[in-house]
Amino acid sequence: MFVYLDHTATTPVSPEVLQAMIPYFGDIFGNPSSVYSFSRKSRSAIEKARKQVADALNADTSEIFFTGSGTEADNWALKGTLEKAKIAGKNHIITTRIEHHAILHTCEYLKKVEGADITYLPVNSEGMVSVEDVKNAITDKTAIVSVMFANNEVGTIQPIKEIGALCRERKIPFHTDAVQGAAHLDIDVKAMNIDMLSMSAHKMYGPKGVGALYLRKGMRPENFIHGGAQEKGRRASTENLAGIVGFGEAIEILKGRLNEDKAINSSRRDRLIAGILERIPHAKLNGATGDNRLPNNINFSFIGVEGETLLLDLDSKGISASTGSACSSESLDPSHVLLALGLKHEMAHGSLRFTIGRLTTDEHIDYLLEVLPEIVARRRAMSPLWEDYLKSIGEK
Amino acid sequence: MALDYSQKVMDHFINPRNVGEIENADGVGEAGNPKCGDIMKIYLKVNPETKVIDDVKFKTFGCASAIASSSMATEMIKGRTIEEAWNLTNNAVAEALDGLPPIKMHCSVLAEEAIHTALNDYREKHGMPVIPMEHHED
Repeated sequence: MFVYLDHTATTPVSPEVLQAMIPYFGDIFGNPSSVYSFSRKSRSAIEKARKQVADALNADTSEIFFTGSGTEADNWALKGTLEKAKIAGKNHIITTRIEHHAILHTCEYLKKVEGADITYLPVNSEGMVSVEDVKNAITDKTAIVSVMFANNEVGTIQPIKEIGALCRERKIPFHTDAVQGAAHLDIDVKAMNIDMLSMSAHKMYGPKGVGALYLRKGMRPENFIHGGAQEKGRRASTENLAGIVGFGEAIEILKGRLNEDKAINSSRRDRLIAGILERIPHAKLNGATGDNRLPNNINFSFIGVEGETLLLDLDSKGISASTGSACSSESLDPSHVLLALGLKHEMAHGSLRFTIGRLTTDEHIDYLLEVLPEIVARRRAMSPLWEDYLKSIGEK
Repeated sequence: MALDYSQKVMDHFINPRNVGEIENADGVGEAGNPKCGDIMKIYLKVNPETKVIDDVKFKTFGCASAIASSSMATEMIKGRTIEEAWNLTNNAVAEALDGLPPIKMHCSVLAEEAIHTALNDYREKHGMPVIPMEHHED
């Protein structure tokens, strides 16, 4: 059995999306920037997709700019805004400790190259940023506030509307990395006071290599990719025609089944969470519960075992999952997100993330609940840390 | 995600040899710490006459390469004298596993350290001079 429980890493392109894309790899290949009538088909396909994306967010088509990825959209929003704000003497960025590396590494770059001053806001034990902390961090030098919509590791949904309102009142551009959130949640950029929003097609059953940045009317970050006049001269590069078409289809389908998906995913999520807590002793759920958690995210720490070990054991049973352990990264430090939630290193090393989606069935949940307890128990039995833990709580 | 392990690493990870504890072990050694994500504990049973390691067991918290390194290292010192066991290097353990990814080499270092610590514990308990150890950061 192939049990894919890593929908947050990426999703398969849905068959309808693929069908919509195919003509643009073949007959309809014209460069959208060319003048002749043959290219009009390519141009109108892009404009259709732009409308599909704009409609999904309650934005105007003139506010959607296609990019090569969610990461690029994040880079553009942060670098472009800071560069512009520097002219007005503003060089302060407010963000959080739980952002994706697309934000964190961009901030580090801006600190190094542009001398930007970065405030990394803490989160509570459930991974939630406090609006009060954002308020207190704002200075007259603040150029941009960037808070992710929902966290990719633990699934905590942030108080975006409130932070947006605060920033709007203080006239500070507010950006949100919604690469995860946009794939699951009802987002209304107007109602939520969002100035800039990044997203990515491959998280929503669309193709890899295409994303978008929503820029509210009046937002004019410096350009990030320089070249031709595509995207109204604001994002050069010959358009990823088929990719953009796929993105438009994917987001329209996603939006159409949002409530249905949310209901089924949250019910499976909660069944999996309850099942793990019931079957595995000393399992700790990381992140929030209920409506404050992405409907598809399950993240646990199992004291005494290391995440990569569990991933490989699960892989041998046909299950694909993810971990915040250092062993799955290039460094020796475990997930910065789990550490920001206040987890000890050994708990962060022992984390597993399961993210469900369209490939998930009830049988997959049952199967995982059947094999995971044995896997954890077997690896714990060979761990000196588990033994020490049992002694420390007086169970051995 | 480093899944590019050799078949030997996967074999020793899936079916680790010498897992467990030895009651009243002659020497016990631990290396690593929970912060970096690896802890290895080695138990030795040494023949008092011949100084040959008659039995060795381990318990390890860590990734696949840490478990495989423990398993392979215990195989390599079983039936050897304490002097021979001391000379087991981390590189020899990694080679026996058909190599480890560069970022995982510290796992083999940990195995060498845990064995040295256990051997010194044995030496101390049996009135033999303790051998100075090299300590590694990770």
